[in-house]
Amino acid sequence: MWDYTDKVMDHFRNPRNVGAIPNADGTGQVGSLVCGDALKLTIKVNKETDVIEDAKFETFGCASAIASSSILTEMIKGKTIAEASKITNQDIADALGTLPAEKMHCSVMGMEALEAAVKSYRQGGAPVVFEQQEEKIVCHCFNVSEETIIKAIRSNHLKTVEDVTHFTKAGGACGRCKGEIQKILDKVNGANQAPAAQPKTFAQMTMVEKIKTIERVLEEEVCPKLNMDGGSAELVDLEGSVVKIRLTGMCSGCAGAAGTLKNFIEKTLKEKVDSSLTVEQA
Amino acid sequence: MKVIYLDNNATTQCAPAVVEAMLPFFSEKYGNASSMHTFGGENRHVIDRARQQVADLIGAAHADEIIFTSCATESDNSAIFSAVRTQPKKKHIITSAVEHPAIMEPYKYLEAQGYRVDFIGVDELGRFDMARFQRVLDEDTALVSVMWANSETGTIFPIAEIARLTHEKGALFHTDAVQAVGKIPVNVQEADIDMLSLSGHKFHGPKGVGALYVRRATPFMPYLMGGHQERHRRAGTENVPYIVGLGKAAELAAKRLADGTSAQIAALRDKLEQGILATIPDVKVNGDPQHRVPNTTNISFGYIEGESILMYLNDLGVCASSGSACTSGSLEPSHVLRAMGVPFQFAHGSIRFSLSDQTTEADIDLVLKELPPIIERLRKISPFSRLAA
Repeated sequence: MWDYTDKVMDHFRNPRNVGAIPNADGTGQVGSLVCGDALKLTIKVNKETDVIEDAKFETFGCASAIASSSILTEMIKGKTIAEASKITNQDIADALGTLPAEKMHCSVMGMEALEAAVKSYRQGGAPVVFEQQEEKIVCHCFNVSEETIIKAIRSNHLKTVEDVTHFTKAGGACGRCKGEIQKILDKVNGANQAPAAQPKTFAQMTMVEKIKTIERVLEEEVCPKLNMDGGSAELVDLEGSVVKIRLTGMCSGCAGAAGTLKNFIEKTLKEKVDSSLTVEQA
Repeated sequence: MKVIYLDNNATTQCAPAVVEAMLPFFSEKYGNASSMHTFGGENRHVIDRARQQVADLIGAAHADEIIFTSCATESDNSAIFSAVRTQPKKKHIITSAVEHPAIMEPYKYLEAQGYRVDFIGVDELGRFDMARFQRVLDEDTALVSVMWANSETGTIFPIAEIARLTHEKGALFHTDAVQAVGKIPVNVQEADIDMLSLSGHKFHGPKGVGALYVRRATPFMPYLMGGHQERHRRAGTENVPYIVGLGKAAELAAKRLADGTSAQIAALRDKLEQGILATIPDVKVNGDPQHRVPNTTNISFGYIEGESILMYLNDLGVCASSGSACTSGSLEPSHVLRAMGVPFQFAHGSIRFSLSDQTTEADIDLVLKELPPIIERLRKISPFSRLAA
């Protein structure tokens, strides 16, 4: 049982402006039988003033899809094409009070049909099917493009893959694109939080982070070279900026050990981790 | 507004006689059945009586083959994990593609753990693919779990035949009989069943109690470990009032199966189905008309969406359910209808009506009167209705 607002139920029970305008000035279509919801929006526009004089809809879908379509026709009537173009899916949801999160895609469908109808009007009236840009389809089950997902993330401040599914349906069927949606989320939301994404300086790190960073450098930069001589090195302790390292294998007891520590390991750690570090043999 | 309840496969009314039987065991006879004192210990006999009532309903040879559980999901999980744990060398399990999630999810879990899993498909009438089943069944198969009747379409599977083939290869056979028990005669001995799950609230018992039948000599490991209850097969203090309720519901169900109530329910179901087919164009019945539980019909209304139909019915007090994507929030239509290959324009518009002995002719007449204008109205709104013309 969905928690539909009275407004949703009113527009579902008494849908306004049902039908298709003959010889419409603009026709926008979105969705399909396969997807489970579809909307056809027709508009009559005064060519002198660009004002939408009439709007009608036909919808295949659930109660919230019918209500979103119905209220959309009321919202755009009397508006100019330019004004109507500014309507977002959030505006449609707000006009209905609210929609359950899982049903937000119904309001997105309204916005897409409007976009297609406006395009159709501008192109002379031939029907336009709202199309996702073919080359950037992310969700193949519901045919959702990267552009649609980015737009939904930005205008609705979406944070999780589940949010994106509720708003666009992407990821709602086989789920194979969830990883890609996460990447898009990271990209879009990461851009807003750029300062936080800056790597911490060595001084800002916790002890665990410091140790992990040093170990990673030892593993990736130091040990491979020592391994070529049959040796290796391991982190024993960290005291302030003093890194205590034990040389193992062929390196342990090697006459050049002190040189290796200072000239190679310390130099590498200063370069890759922090210039304050010094190395001592453990 | 009067509620016209046609959603009895989701749950049923707890029968007044069942509630009455349960009531003394909350505040009056609240003793623990495991206690040494007479006050509690007497409840042991009460539980044993319920056990016999459930055993009688499903034709079990011995009452001790019935283990009381908290629900059919627990029964299903117990059966599956017991079957794989008691046969650790076998690494193959089989089920159907149209099971309840209580079977599907443990199977998917075991698949992720490395088991070979076969989900046997169905044809367009929802009939079990016996040929494929026989091809994949082998000596490595530990368990075959196939539902007795499907919750969405009411289709009955040939359980005895599947069980026979399963035993030929030395595997265990379990059936989730939640939608069959109480609706059709179920006999575990005739069908040669090793384990069977049932749920009280699907046949006018209370929610929160179920049972697992485990035939004597079937290897079994408990799912819940702890106390000695249920002969060490299901730990946890016995839920005396609910077990009593399940027993009473089983007794009443057995009576209904014997006295021809099922035929009356089937007659009303057929009247509803035939009436819809006669008055509404572009409708299709989903399921196997030859092998179906008597209370269920699943009907697809082309070119419109199920949730919208349900919401309009709801305004009239009529309760039904849908396999439409929109009702589940999952965005995809029912896995059962998809497994049957029901085309999308019909899958999204499917409605399940499930009757009970409480359904009246007046209820059916009301639906037959109110449904056609609802469908017509929604088709007028739909951009696809012209496709139907």
